[in-house]
Amino acid sequence: MNKRLSQKIFFTLFRLISLMIVIVLFSILGFIVFNGAKVISWNFLTQMPTDGMTKGGIYPAIVGTLILVLGSMIFAFPVGVAAAIYMNEYVKEVPAKRFMRLMTSNLAGVPSIVFGLFGMALFVNQLHFGDSIIAGSLTLGLLALPVVIRTTEEALKQVDDSFRLASIGLGATKLQTIGKVTLPIAFPNIITGLILSIGRVSGETAPILFTVAAYFLPKLPHSIFDQVMALPYHLYVIATSGTNITESRPIAYGTALVLISIVLICNITASVIRNVLGKRNK
Amino acid sequence: MTPKIETKNLQLYYGAHHALKGIDFSANANTVTALIGPSGCGKSTFLRCFNRMNDLIDGCEVEGQILIDGMNINDKYLNVDELRKKVGMVFQKPNPFPKSIFENVAYGLRINGINDKKTLEEKVEKALRQAALWEEVKDNLKKSAMSISGGQQQRLCIARALAVEPSLVLMDEPTSALDPISTSKVEELIYQLKEKYTILIVTHNMQQAARVSDRTAFFYIGEMIEYNDTTEIFTNPKIERTQNYITGRFG
Repeated sequence: MNKRLSQKIFFTLFRLISLMIVIVLFSILGFIVFNGAKVISWNFLTQMPTDGMTKGGIYPAIVGTLILVLGSMIFAFPVGVAAAIYMNEYVKEVPAKRFMRLMTSNLAGVPSIVFGLFGMALFVNQLHFGDSIIAGSLTLGLLALPVVIRTTEEALKQVDDSFRLASIGLGATKLQTIGKVTLPIAFPNIITGLILSIGRVSGETAPILFTVAAYFLPKLPHSIFDQVMALPYHLYVIATSGTNITESRPIAYGTALVLISIVLICNITASVIRNVLGKRNK
Repeated sequence: MTPKIETKNLQLYYGAHHALKGIDFSANANTVTALIGPSGCGKSTFLRCFNRMNDLIDGCEVEGQILIDGMNINDKYLNVDELRKKVGMVFQKPNPFPKSIFENVAYGLRINGINDKKTLEEKVEKALRQAALWEEVKDNLKKSAMSISGGQQQRLCIARALAVEPSLVLMDEPTSALDPISTSKVEELIYQLKEKYTILIVTHNMQQAARVSDRTAFFYIGEMIEYNDTTEIFTNPKIERTQNYITGRFG
């Protein structure tokens, strides 16, 4: 077989495979949009669920998910960025660094249900937070930590060393260099990582299962020690164990559509921010 | 007269590699000294001894004395950040920060705790004038430093180094990434700067060394082979290896 022919065959094959991935994605999206769009309305987004969750809206679940995302980021962002700064800017010794990186990857590989159990054992029981926003946020924060660390580290690595040298050459301390030069330059990429991890966190069910999520709670929380409803768990409930699964099916699709929209909006925002802020550095 | 800078039996090791072998060197204030030699001869390493930038390299050991104004700076108790404020450095590739032109020059002042607007404006203007860049950028100080030409960027980096008022300025092949016109502007600038500063410049360009420097040191495999007035080095080198290098027979 001649080279050009085999080249053509393989390229066609690769193209088909890539196309298939796109088709799969659009089928899922299309299916959910087709089934979910019917129930989406202003009321659906702003009303409490009623009639055993077969009618009404999903307002408390939307609010709950937003609160949990915010809470998890308040924890994961500073801790993750600090850890990445330490690993990339301070630790020189290679074995120590490699060990920490390995541990970060391992943390990323822990199944989310294990995070849920750990969160329940530590935050809910040991620290007596009970099923609460704070316990759920911290558990989700732990889950997001490896993503934040990894993306921040990548962002810091991309900062050209000549900037650090210029700053140090002017008599700046390492801390001043990080604060005034390295972090501002890496910022667009760090924010991108943050938003991507928001997308990840907002869709997780297992970590909130035993730590915060309420089966049915048609009111908003008053403090961080209250429980909340959350979109992914709500979806799970009305799809599998609601009062009337067939009747609440449209609401399940609507919930799925809202959830997937939040994730998509996060991802689109991430790339917009990266482009806009990235240009400023040029 | 005490020399502005001096090294006595300076030895430098990168791990097992003996990179500088017993360098005895001195230069007077308000002079330009060119450091020449083939790649890997140790001239940039030598340059970086004067602001202790070699400290940043793992496994780098420096022995011997390095004196600035008679004070030994090769001392582990020395405050290195303070030293680097007094010794400015200009790098091979222009490396302005992705900030405005003004903020680039003000950077060194700000990290020294100067935040008064008026003082900053005065010092930034002064530094930009010294770097012969003021007239070109005075109406665009808020513009990003990344938007000006490479030659202007390098003069901006010189201004940034001068703003903190160092007395010694180290230049590591400052024109190697520049076009000929920008190069001649920077060379002219170096010549003017020696009125106020002592300058050490590493260069691969023989003509440049001959044009800008008062004294020239030739390095070869970690040793300083010959050190003399620039005119002597280029017209009447005492050592054959120097002559071979200058005339381009090796290098």
